[in-house]
Amino acid sequence: MAPLNYYLVLSAIIFAIGVAGVVIRRNFIVILLSIELMLNAVNLTFIAFARYLGSMEGQVIVFFVMTVAAAEAVVGLAIIISIFRHRRSLDPREMQLLKW
Amino acid sequence: MSGDMILFFILASLSVIFSLLVIFPRNVVHSAMALAATLFFVAVLFLTLDAPMLAILQVLVYAGAIMILFLFVIMLLNPAALEGRRIAWWTLGSLAAVALLLELVSLFFYRPSPSGQPPVAAAFGGPETLAQSLFTDFALPFEIASVLLLVAIIGAVALAKREG
Repeated sequence: MAPLNYYLVLSAIIFAIGVAGVVIRRNFIVILLSIELMLNAVNLTFIAFARYLGSMEGQVIVFFVMTVAAAEAVVGLAIIISIFRHRRSLDPREMQLLKW
Repeated sequence: MSGDMILFFILASLSVIFSLLVIFPRNVVHSAMALAATLFFVAVLFLTLDAPMLAILQVLVYAGAIMILFLFVIMLLNPAALEGRRIAWWTLGSLAAVALLLELVSLFFYRPSPSGQPPVAAAFGGPETLAQSLFTDFALPFEIASVLLLVAIIGAVALAKREG
């Protein structure tokens, strides 16, 4: 079986790709997709630890992370829809009303 | 090299390639489809870690429901204008991500990890054991999660409703 380190490094790579997506892209939907990518990498870490420690708690936490991710995606997409309705754009650089 | 390791490396490289394909294409639909593929590969990785129930949930809830929601919103908004690429911005962001990756990897190799998986019962990760701990030890968080989903539904309807 692959050692625990391998799974951790894989999820670190996926997490870093997600971070890069949030930093680089200037499209709200791609930013949300990258956040889902990061959440998924963390889920992989939890499940790897659950397997190597032989306990069920990690898998239960992944269940809750999935719930929170679903809620986050729904609310995030609703916010995107209402922003798009006002601005006709998905570019986060144009949303700077609160910027001093 | 054993079959498990070969399977792991195939799945790992596929999931890394497809997660790179999430952030690179300029077309948002391609990004969403690449994310769905990544979620499938990670679900298979869950299977190799003895988490069959969560692998099924990953495919059903993530790759099924959430990605369909994303695709609906993409098609609803139809963001026709493709964003331009600024090389300086891309290098800066990539450097930040690589720095984070190096930090995480060095952290993971800081102390030796258990190399072999401990033997677990055959029912480990199945719906039965998951439900056992979900409905006994984690009954309160489970209820709170249901309230959270309700709040998310109400919030989404309130936010996306056209006022007036």
